[in-house]
Amino acid sequence: MSAREAILSRIRQSLDATGDDGARRAAVGRRLSEAPRGVIPARGQLDAKARTALFCEQAEKIQATVQRVKSPDAVPKAVAGYLRSKNLPATIRMGADERLASMPWSALKSLEVRSGPSDGDDEAGLSHATAGVAETGTLVLTSGTANPTTINFLPEHHIVVIDAADIAGDLESALAAVRVDRNGATMPRTVNLISGPSRSGDIEQKLLLGAHGPRALHIIVVGG
Amino acid sequence: MQVTSPAFKQNARGALADVQLQKALGNVRAGFIDKRRKAMDALPEFDRLRDEAKAIKDHALASLDLYLEAYETKVKASGGHVHWAATAEDARGIILDICRAVGARTVTKGKSMITEEIELNDFLEGNGIRPVETDLGEYIIQLRGEHPSHIIAPAVHLNKEQVEEDFRRVHDHLPVARDLSEPESLLAEARRVLRAQYFEADVGITGANFLVAETGTSMIVTNEGNGDLTQVLPRVHVVVASIEKIVPTLNDAAQILRVLARSATGQDMSVYTTLSTGPRQEGDPDGPEEYHVVLLDNGRSSMLGTEFQDMLRCIRCGACMNHCPVYHTVGGHAYGWVYPGPMGAVLTPSLIGVDKSGHLPNASTFCGRCEAVCPMRIPLPRMMRHWREREFERGLNPATQRWGLGFWAFFARRPSLYRLGASIGIPLLSLFGRRKGSFGTLPLAGGWTKHRDLPSPQGRTFLQQWRDRDTLRQEART
Ligand code: SF4
Repeated sequence: MSAREAILSRIRQSLDATGDDGARRAAVGRRLSEAPRGVIPARGQLDAKARTALFCEQAEKIQATVQRVKSPDAVPKAVAGYLRSKNLPATIRMGADERLASMPWSALKSLEVRSGPSDGDDEAGLSHATAGVAETGTLVLTSGTANPTTINFLPEHHIVVIDAADIAGDLESALAAVRVDRNGATMPRTVNLISGPSRSGDIEQKLLLGAHGPRALHIIVVGG
Repeated sequence: MQVTSPAFKQNARGALADVQLQKALGNVRAGFIDKRRKAMDALPEFDRLRDEAKAIKDHALASLDLYLEAYETKVKASGGHVHWAATAEDARGIILDICRAVGARTVTKGKSMITEEIELNDFLEGNGIRPVETDLGEYIIQLRGEHPSHIIAPAVHLNKEQVEEDFRRVHDHLPVARDLSEPESLLAEARRVLRAQYFEADVGITGANFLVAETGTSMIVTNEGNGDLTQVLPRVHVVVASIEKIVPTLNDAAQILRVLARSATGQDMSVYTTLSTGPRQEGDPDGPEEYHVVLLDNGRSSMLGTEFQDMLRCIRCGACMNHCPVYHTVGGHAYGWVYPGPMGAVLTPSLIGVDKSGHLPNASTFCGRCEAVCPMRIPLPRMMRHWREREFERGLNPATQRWGLGFWAFFARRPSLYRLGASIGIPLLSLFGRRKGSFGTLPLAGGWTKHRDLPSPQGRTFLQQWRDRDTLRQEART
């Protein structure tokens, strides 16, 4: 008997069940297809305007910085301004995201845009979020050429653009947006739910920012 | 890892006398409890979410075989591999084969209790592969040749001066004059040193907080981002997870996530919750080329259908040990194996046998705080009692304890003799202890009084008071 068969049959034995037990199979099938949403906290169930405000407030609580701009056209300036304010070189790493690509980067002569995944030598990286969660100030980022996962972790500063319209009230709704990504066929290889900059409390339980991931997380909210 | 659970009593004695450890344990008492309470109070739905989380796991466990099959199908459909391991040894063999197939020399590791359980690091090293722990706490204890003393804060038993000493010893290529006096500088140094390792590694190994049957996804939760670099940079990502990590859907995982971080560190969400499905997809510019999941049983399937099944709901948040007066006093290493605190006192006997770990379920005051804070509503004290019963049935307790219990039972079955004994003994104790209200030393109770005082009886005995109340109640009724 293979290890697989051995484990499954021991489970069935312990549960006093069989593998072709119709009632259990039906219950499992139902749960998988219906995916009930359970208890959804009231905290994030707000209208669009209040939802965006809550998202910003929650993100700041967990040490992200938040900047709001009116339109996508204002993003390159906001990025350049952030880099200047942190005394960082005027260089930004980003993927091939179409929303980012259509922004007026060339209008900023002094800003160098590096494209592709991060190789670990970038001070600052830029991503576009797939969704956001107002409840906890969480960003949802998905892997691919548009937004390579390495950009989320290797640069010291991570700047993330999010469209206010993509901010959901609760985590379940944000995950729904990911599930139907790529024509609903399969999940992206990596989905990162990011809540604030990287941190560690491993030495004497003293909370410090900037463990292995970015030391700083700057969120630019577009519209809303 | 050498199992020292049979020596729990000596371990505990050593821990009580360890000044450094006692200082470090103060951080557990001070930090975790407050943070959890604040996070919980800020979410009115917290208790309903606990009920929901419990129900999800109960449902998943009742059809664990079917969910594992569904999960496997999805992982394969996304291009990943699933390996089944009945024992720790099987799991180690599978992982070694994966590493050898790609000629791995260095593997980076995200924090994972399951790889502690299967003693993966020693095994890999013995086979010429260098494992590098990347979680700051795990890295520190790896340098020291130690094991985690807490399931979410592995180095909680250490103080910064000890960490500085280790960094100076191991990072001997760095300038001697550098300042390492504060946690900030220690963290910065670890970050720099480990960055290079991520790029060197051929294989990245992580655990999993959840395996999602709906999508074939594994999920990890971290604050540092180390688990993420571990899985995105090397060519191969290996997930090692025990079978009970299965949840049906992403929505189910989301429900449990809400109670996980709040119970663990008092955060609403950990900084990084990462979902991995298969290897990198066509066109992806980064991510691993191979994705393997090792599903480990190692005794879990035999816990199903027994009084210990509830323990399989555990999500390893650490709240039970953070609130445990015994853990606060002796720390994690005293428990002598991988899992400390109340959850360890229940799980360890299931996994390595009660003959080796019978002291653990006895190391409890039965105050009930662990069960009260457990987000998964696991009846930990009840299960410790089950272990005590089994231990007694199998005659594993020492003779003095069995005689003592027999002696007590003799009187307990004869109430008038019991009352007589108590009415003589209690006033005597209270007479001698009256001035201080407690005893610093007491004949026959040296084990108790060495590290704490024994309160002297105050006033009348429990039975006397009970009788009075009963009379009062009767009167009130008539
Ligand atoms: S037993 Fe409960 S409190 Fe303890 S680690 Fe497991 S889930 Fe957390």
